[in-house]
Amino acid sequence: MIPVEFDYKVPATLDEAIALLASDLDGAKVLAGGHSLIPAMKLRLAQPQLLVDIARIKSLSYIREEGDQILLGATTTHYQIESSDLLKTICPLLPECARSIGDVQVRNKGTIGGSVAHSDPAGDWPAAVLALDAEFVLVGTNGERTEKAEDFFVDLLTTSLLPGEILREIRIRKPSGRFGQAYQKVPHPASGFAVVGVAVNLVLNDDGSCKSAGIGITGVAVKAYRAHAVETALAGTNLDDNAIAAAVEHVCDGINPNTDLYASGDYRRHLAKVHTRRAIQSAKARVQ
Amino acid sequence: MTDNYVGKRVKRTEDPRLIRGLAHYVDDIALPGTLHVAFVRSYYAHAKINSIDTEAARSAPGVVAVYTGQDVSGKIGPVPCAGALPDLKVPDHRVLATNKVYFVGHPVAAVVAKDRYAARDAVDLIMVDYEELPVVTDVEEAAAGGPVIHDAFSDNIAYRLTSGEGDIDAAFAAADRTVKQRVLHRRLAPIAMEPRGVLARYFPGEEELTLWSSTQIPHLMRTQVALMIGIPENKLRVITPEVGGGFGSKLNVYAEEALLGWISMQLGKPVKWIETRRENIQATIHGRGQVGDIEIAFKNDGTLTGLRYSVFADLGAYHQLLTPAIPTLTGLMLSGAYKIPAIQMNITACFTNKMATDAYRGAGRPEATYIVERGLDLVAAELGVDPAEVRRKNFPQPDEFPFHTATGLDYDSGDYETALNKAQEIAGYQQLREEQKKGREEGRLIGIGVSTYVEICALGPSQAMPAGGWESATVRIEPTGKVTILTGASPHGQGQETSFAQIAADELGVNINDVTVIHGDTGIVQYGIGTFGSRATAVGGTAVFIAIQKLKEKAHKIATHMLEADASRVSFEGGKYSFEKAAAAAAAGTSDPVVPVGEAPAGALPEPQTDGKSSLTLQDIALAAHVAKNLPPDTEPGLSATYFFEPKNFTFPFGTHIAVVEVDRETGDIKWLRYVAVDDCGKVINPMLVDGQVHGGIVQSIGQAMYEEVVYDEQGQLLTGTLMDYAVPRASHIPNFELDRTETPSPVNPLGVKGVGEAGTIGATPAIVGAIVDALAPFGVQHLDMPIKPENVWQIINRG
Repeated sequence: MIPVEFDYKVPATLDEAIALLASDLDGAKVLAGGHSLIPAMKLRLAQPQLLVDIARIKSLSYIREEGDQILLGATTTHYQIESSDLLKTICPLLPECARSIGDVQVRNKGTIGGSVAHSDPAGDWPAAVLALDAEFVLVGTNGERTEKAEDFFVDLLTTSLLPGEILREIRIRKPSGRFGQAYQKVPHPASGFAVVGVAVNLVLNDDGSCKSAGIGITGVAVKAYRAHAVETALAGTNLDDNAIAAAVEHVCDGINPNTDLYASGDYRRHLAKVHTRRAIQSAKARVQ
Repeated sequence: MTDNYVGKRVKRTEDPRLIRGLAHYVDDIALPGTLHVAFVRSYYAHAKINSIDTEAARSAPGVVAVYTGQDVSGKIGPVPCAGALPDLKVPDHRVLATNKVYFVGHPVAAVVAKDRYAARDAVDLIMVDYEELPVVTDVEEAAAGGPVIHDAFSDNIAYRLTSGEGDIDAAFAAADRTVKQRVLHRRLAPIAMEPRGVLARYFPGEEELTLWSSTQIPHLMRTQVALMIGIPENKLRVITPEVGGGFGSKLNVYAEEALLGWISMQLGKPVKWIETRRENIQATIHGRGQVGDIEIAFKNDGTLTGLRYSVFADLGAYHQLLTPAIPTLTGLMLSGAYKIPAIQMNITACFTNKMATDAYRGAGRPEATYIVERGLDLVAAELGVDPAEVRRKNFPQPDEFPFHTATGLDYDSGDYETALNKAQEIAGYQQLREEQKKGREEGRLIGIGVSTYVEICALGPSQAMPAGGWESATVRIEPTGKVTILTGASPHGQGQETSFAQIAADELGVNINDVTVIHGDTGIVQYGIGTFGSRATAVGGTAVFIAIQKLKEKAHKIATHMLEADASRVSFEGGKYSFEKAAAAAAAGTSDPVVPVGEAPAGALPEPQTDGKSSLTLQDIALAAHVAKNLPPDTEPGLSATYFFEPKNFTFPFGTHIAVVEVDRETGDIKWLRYVAVDDCGKVINPMLVDGQVHGGIVQSIGQAMYEEVVYDEQGQLLTGTLMDYAVPRASHIPNFELDRTETPSPVNPLGVKGVGEAGTIGATPAIVGAIVDALAPFGVQHLDMPIKPENVWQIINRG
């Protein structure tokens, strides 16, 4: 439970952080809340030579409404999101998802940027940002670029971040019109991570039919994914029980669900269907 | 005598220091110049060690020494096993592996370095050349002749044992009906919140060694470690500072404890090792680990006539202190709370390539209770009657105690039906059954589980114990009137610092804040046995009680002398010895110390003033006893008494637990509706402590029933090696407990107490499993093995 020796730097600015990462592209890792990286280091599964601690860069922690967008700084903690009155009003999926993460101590330290950049296949945030079709702002020595959440999660613990890049901001289009959201999760009894986690962002037409649905699934596959087939099947329907039941049958299309000691692939597939249905129903019931 | 404390919900005096983080665990003790130890542990379950290259580690920065099995060979004796069974095979269990490793986590080498980091880094520099050997992890495969683990033996069977009384074959031959079921008790990891830890400091001048260890048995450990490392027992001091939970896992003598002591003697420096959680799951004993078949013979009216349990016990690769004894405890309790004329247990205990099993909260008794209670549910299902009624029919009646069982025990006292009735009343049992029926018609799956357990506590009479079953106490009144209790029991969370002080404060008529309970230091406390088997209060508390009576006899003699009265006319009341006529006046309240704190006189203690007094406080007498200028003839100065209490029998607490759950048809999730427990642990010293013990016990039962399982794969790799995989129940997993009690005093000790430390873990598991099985009864389910996970439930429902 003791990591290998490493250097530790606390840059004051994002530019300094980027320079530090560039100084050791192979050995440096970004440290934010530390709730994914530190356990991996203690088990010696991760052995970075340099930790660049960005948690104290004040300019990276914020929750802002700007035009039709919600902007979240990468080091915004789960607790800040969970307790944000603004988000509870304009995008309640985010606080709901935050509340389901770990425990109070974890939520006080852990950050949304750290969580998505780790791309844990059972992390909660990936489901929510996929459902919300978020964009990530990535910054490196070559400047800034944006990446869609869906393109960002590449594989197990792998993202499209290039060596030396830091996730700076998460951008979410502000939900508008008649929308309802929900996050439904089966926590693993030991780890608290999602055995299945389903985030739903539902937008209705004036007549009550489904205009669009964003559905993010975590815990089921090697990485979190958007359940496009379900989204497509829901669009245009009146969201009655039959329509929802038919749509959720597609939640694992093209997916080979994980098997572990707690849940087999078959059971996970079943849970994904049930909880996707429940999350959709819950989101629908919350439409204003 | 007062009644200010015993029976009251007195807050734990231990808690303020624990809650404020001011308590000291082994790792909180910092000695200058301490070196730190880290272990190289096998990552194979079974392998030959061809060679160990320690060269790079020895020359690594900060490393002071490296020891392998060869280095300590002949210098440290084997890890002890106290099991004394006929024809028991005892492997040569060395503190470090010598030629072979036998389980994942087996210590192979110890690195000593200037800090924990250097020690841990050097572990990675030690190259062990292993040659893998065939692995056996399944206990039945081990019994059937799988790869033989120990070269000294021809097979993996450590022992076979048949026990029980009555004509079992005749019982089955004459039975109207029988039921049979295979039952698994998975391996569990005790997961004490504080892992194990040892700090050893050798004093070369005094030739004395002090070991601070997180243990439940400081004195037994002192004796065993002294023998292992060859230091005179009176030159070894074992101190257990705060212990963050044991649950039986620290009722042991481990390789690391002896090795750290020996290393400190070699290097002349303090050395410390604090177990990591991964080591804790790998190399601290596991509990349970039985695969058995239960058969019950009974009449058509539900009367039980015979019970047979044939079990394979998974001992692991080695014996730890009590490893072989645990399955025999199961055999002792197979009569449960019932009259069963014939009982037979057949044990086949086997070595496997896994960590040793040993005592984990309940230690063999949860297995027995689970088997009997599951068995009675099967009988009820077979007969189509309510499970509570089958139980009621077979209870011994209160006037049948002491009740002799066909397992050879004599239960001390009991009133099982009253506890059952009370629990049913609290639960609203009939109404619950009606709701269940109505719910089923609506498609809801509600289940009700009942367990009417009896357990064995207050371990125990020395005849039944490997190294003494008594407990010791010294009670002394200091010159300032403060009361000091030294108990040989070594409480580690149970709260006896409070409950023993309650007993003493009432018996002596003093304020509880004037009583201090000292334990867990062999340099201070007279020899004791320790805390396990729910024994500390029933045996150790009784020792305190009787020592106080001895002390009071002496105090009475001194009081009589000082008051110049006839002994028969002096009585003790309200903390004062008084002439009869003054007794009533003196009786009010407790007495204060004769020397108030902060006003201690310089130099000589004040002379007690007795002139014209008609009563004397115990503190007056303590002072007189210490100043010793006016004592009766032939009276030793000082005011203290020591007593070693030898119990004549075990005690047998009992109770009824009722669990109510509802199963989610779609997901298999198990939701709590109710949990009712009526426990009878005899007289209660502190109801709050009893509640706390019951709470914790039920929670660990919930863990066993629904979440916990140590999983090894076929190669002996541990798949549940961290708390990310091994699920210990959290607050969100447990229901609200509705607790109550009945109180049937034990005749075995003058306090009438029985013990409650393990009741929850013993009584609750079958109620929980019974409830889940009952919820699934519409699907024809009669038994499910633990841990019952939502997926198991879903599969049953899905199967239709």
